[in-house]
Amino acid sequence: MKPPAAKPASPSTRAIRVVPSSGPTAWLTSFTAAAMTFLCVFALALSLASGRLADRWSDALARTATIRLSAPAEQVQVQTDAILLVLSTTPGIASYQAIDDDDTRALLEPWFGPDLPIESLPIPRLFEVVEAVPGYDSEGLRNRLTAEAPGAILDDHTRWRRPLAEAAARLRFLGLLSIALIGATMAAMITLAARAALATNIEVIRVLRLVGAKDSYIARAFVRRFTLRAFGGAMVGAAAGLAGVAALPAADAAGGFLTGLGFTGAGWLWPMALPPIAALVAFVATRRAAFQKLRELT
Amino acid sequence: MESTADVPLVKPSRPLSVKETTVIAFENVAYSYSGSELLADVSLRLAPGSFHFLTGPSGSGKSTFLKLAYAELRPTTGRVTLFDRDVTTLSRDDVARTRRRIGIVHQDCRFLDHMTLAANMALPFTVSDRESDPKELDELLGWVGLSHLSGALPPQLSGGERQRAALARAVIVDPDVILADEPTGNVDWEMSLKILTLLVELNRMGKTIVVATHDLNLIRQAKAQVQTRVLRIAKHRVQLAGADL
Repeated sequence: MKPPAAKPASPSTRAIRVVPSSGPTAWLTSFTAAAMTFLCVFALALSLASGRLADRWSDALARTATIRLSAPAEQVQVQTDAILLVLSTTPGIASYQAIDDDDTRALLEPWFGPDLPIESLPIPRLFEVVEAVPGYDSEGLRNRLTAEAPGAILDDHTRWRRPLAEAAARLRFLGLLSIALIGATMAAMITLAARAALATNIEVIRVLRLVGAKDSYIARAFVRRFTLRAFGGAMVGAAAGLAGVAALPAADAAGGFLTGLGFTGAGWLWPMALPPIAALVAFVATRRAAFQKLRELT
Repeated sequence: MESTADVPLVKPSRPLSVKETTVIAFENVAYSYSGSELLADVSLRLAPGSFHFLTGPSGSGKSTFLKLAYAELRPTTGRVTLFDRDVTTLSRDDVARTRRRIGIVHQDCRFLDHMTLAANMALPFTVSDRESDPKELDELLGWVGLSHLSGALPPQLSGGERQRAALARAVIVDPDVILADEPTGNVDWEMSLKILTLLVELNRMGKTIVVATHDLNLIRQAKAQVQTRVLRIAKHRVQLAGADL
């Protein structure tokens, strides 16, 4: 009946063994950690992708400006020449060009079809300006255009960029908030599971106290078990989440709206941080629950 | 009522600190639960190496007395001191450390049912992050006649085996005091005598023993072997008995 000789277990391993491993809390903790981490991977992907997309749009708009010329027909060419002269002498401009009728037709084609009679319509003349590094003084350029070509209006896309930047910031915030809420939900569920496990094992706790166990020892036994379960579950959840993100349709197939959704480059490493974070959450939640429950049991 | 400080029969196996002259002392202790008084005005001192029986009818407060003696309960009024320290001044960690100097044997022999008998015996070492000596563990199992059951799980043991295992677990860390609550309550007379013999041996090694029991035959048997005092709980008070037994 003697147990087989085995390598002596470490104090931590021995501590974990004093608590029975069976029970519904075991799989509940692992499942919760897996599910929450899976959701976290998607929240993270969405947050990163949204921010990246908005940054890209904002950057693209920030580097270009448009000059719109609305003038009487006889003034159009004179003011066009004046605008081009002003642009050629303004420092900080990498390139510029007047958009000809063919390009204007191509721009309007999605809305009006291919047969739009541009020549017979009072459509403003457009100029595309690409900014150099460092850029130009937009106020100075605006003043010069007003003086040389009164029908010209400089649009540096500020009114488009600001809401995009705000949207990007809000999307990032919502993404982080989602992750925080998922983390808090996981902490709450693990706390409930830990308290249930402590309540189930009251007799074990009484025996341990009887033989001189400190609260820290009893708590350690539970905390270690729940932390390991949460870590294991989160690893599975992170792997499943990464597989799910990797399996998303390619940008071309999914269409423009989904362009860039997922992780890029080192971004794929971010989900790897989730299992340790889940373990930390479980550690803190279980430790808190354990000491609270042990105080109640006195 | 105060029990006189007994003269130990032998020198304690692990001398108490110089300052410690009393292992357990009650001073005007009362304990009430939900408005009902269980113990009142209890004053006594247990000297190192003494052997006391605590007797009285069921529900008289024997278990409560023992729980007060190992700081599971705090007195409603009065003062309980363990190794010259007032239990009300002990932190939770201090209580745990103090319990390592007290071996406790319950009538229902609390074990961790998922761990082997050997692992349960080593539990007092395990919870203090110390290694138990397998040789000493074997010797201890041999002492209580359970060597052949070291790998068994507690539910597989008989009542007498559980009682002896509980006693072995209580002494594995060489405590100064053994508190036994009805240790022979679930066993036959033959096994009761075996357990009594073990307790007497421990007392001869210098341990302070307190045994709560209502078995007067057991007390008589013990008095024939070792110097004992008998404390009787009656009407919530602890009185010194003995001459009438």
